[in-house]
Amino acid sequence: MPEITREEVAHLARLSRLALDDAELDGLAAQLDVILAAVAQISQVTDAADVPPTTHAVPLENVTRPDVVRPSLRREDVLAGAPAAEDGRFRVPRILDDSA
Amino acid sequence: MTVPYDQALSEFEAVIGLETHVELGTAAKMFCGCDTSFGAEPNTHTCPVCLGLPGALPVVNAQAIESTIRIGLALHCDIAAWCRFARKNYFYPDMPKNFQTSQYDEPLCTGGYLDVDVPGEDGTPEVVRVPIERVHLEEDTGKSLHVGGATGRIHGASHSLVDYNRAGIPLVEIVTRPVVGTGPRAAEVARAYVAELRDVLRGLGVSDVRMEQGSLRCDVNVSLNRPGQPWGTRSETKNVNSLRSVERAVRSEVERQAARLRDGERIVQETRHFHEDTGLSTPGRSKEEATDYRYFPEPDLAPVAPDPAWVAELRAALPDPPSVRRKRLTAELGLSARDSAAMVNAGVLDLVLATVEAGAPAAEARNMWLGPLAQAANTRGVEAADLPVAPAQVARVVELVSSGALTAGLARQVVDGVLAGEGEPDDVVAGRGLAVVSDEGALGEAVDAALAAQPAVAEKVRAGKVQAVGALVGAVMKATRGQADAPVVRRLLLERLGVEG
Repeated sequence: MPEITREEVAHLARLSRLALDDAELDGLAAQLDVILAAVAQISQVTDAADVPPTTHAVPLENVTRPDVVRPSLRREDVLAGAPAAEDGRFRVPRILDDSA
Repeated sequence: MTVPYDQALSEFEAVIGLETHVELGTAAKMFCGCDTSFGAEPNTHTCPVCLGLPGALPVVNAQAIESTIRIGLALHCDIAAWCRFARKNYFYPDMPKNFQTSQYDEPLCTGGYLDVDVPGEDGTPEVVRVPIERVHLEEDTGKSLHVGGATGRIHGASHSLVDYNRAGIPLVEIVTRPVVGTGPRAAEVARAYVAELRDVLRGLGVSDVRMEQGSLRCDVNVSLNRPGQPWGTRSETKNVNSLRSVERAVRSEVERQAARLRDGERIVQETRHFHEDTGLSTPGRSKEEATDYRYFPEPDLAPVAPDPAWVAELRAALPDPPSVRRKRLTAELGLSARDSAAMVNAGVLDLVLATVEAGAPAAEARNMWLGPLAQAANTRGVEAADLPVAPAQVARVVELVSSGALTAGLARQVVDGVLAGEGEPDDVVAGRGLAVVSDEGALGEAVDAALAAQPAVAEKVRAGKVQAVGALVGAVMKATRGQADAPVVRRLLLERLGVEG
């Protein structure tokens, strides 16, 4: 039983807006399967040792900042990193297909 | 084809659900220090964190956590002892990070309710308890401007322009459980719920709850079933941005679904977009393509674990709920039952009370909201509460009148200016040059002109018919576009005519 199927990789690629051809899907599915199998080995150990799942490397809680305004970036600098800009805004390609 | 609402609800039972998004009124954004003020130049309130630039580290705004807990407490929810944020992954240009930081299976508040008053069949108020599923904290998205299609529509647009000033503003989502058993009043309950929720939020002071500015927004879920049958498939109507529209959205969806079900057709589970102009909705993107958000716990943020003692303090310090506050204030102000009822019917009682709390005398506050503002709401076809004017601004206009800086007529023009987006009352006074002219030198010319234009009237007054001076005062007021101080004008006229007032 593989850790991830080719169909799942294709689904994730679509959600991530990645255009993968058949050969890439085959290759990536095999590679991701190896990676996930390695991670699964860790799960076996932690399950046996009854280690609770964690999402953070350090056991911190309630890290907050006060509600104080700090300076933003200059707009020229913000838009300088954009592939395209217009009227002070980020210009993005058409969002919906016309067939939609 | 549609089935009339009343008929639809005599054949079918409606199940409604409401998801309300509220922008919190914090000074800074949810995870960074960018300013949250409305109306700034595009993309001037952005930084590496809210733009999702590599290496940026978000940190939770403490005030937003506190506000969300207070909302949860006011809605009788349980507050989580420990919860996390989650990444909701999707690709859409309104979020520069390609995910929205939200909460998924660990919301900050769960399981509450809100009691709302709805007129019963004989007109007396009945309490309907709306169950609350959860209250969670997330961040708002950017705003898109669609170019090249029909006026602002995303369909047919050639490209879009995005402003990320709003991206990252703290947004609280309040989700009801399915509301059942509302009988013929499904739409009224939906509207009353949003109105009451807005009053709760305003009372807490956590948001300016301006629906017309988008700081309070609603998604409305509706399904129909025949009595005794399982619940039907629901649709979700988005973009519902006024109280009136909440009611209209439920009504139009009940009418549409009833017609389909009667014809033996299926209801498609879909997202529909509400159009303010027609009161109808059209299908949006279909649900099946969109729901794989691959949520996972946000690794850049530490879990939130509110100290129970702190939560207890917040609970003890909650303001009175709106229903209690209304009763107390109407009693304190000595408003008659009839007056209160008139204000409730016009949807202005809370606005009047808020205006009084902002410093205006009760009678003046009442007159403003039942007078020019009720008229303006009527003309625009919106609720008074949806007008783009705040109780504090109305209180300021009242103050300007009582100090003599404005006449009643000028006050009306100032209100018009505020409604037209010309800024604060004082900005409108300055911008339109509306100050009362009581300077005798400045008025003298208009007074002389009025006397010269109406010699017959002047003669009458001289002959002792003092009340005839009214026509001359009117002429001066007209000449000064209502800006003259009428008592001063009257005195000047009588002085010139040698008559004792």
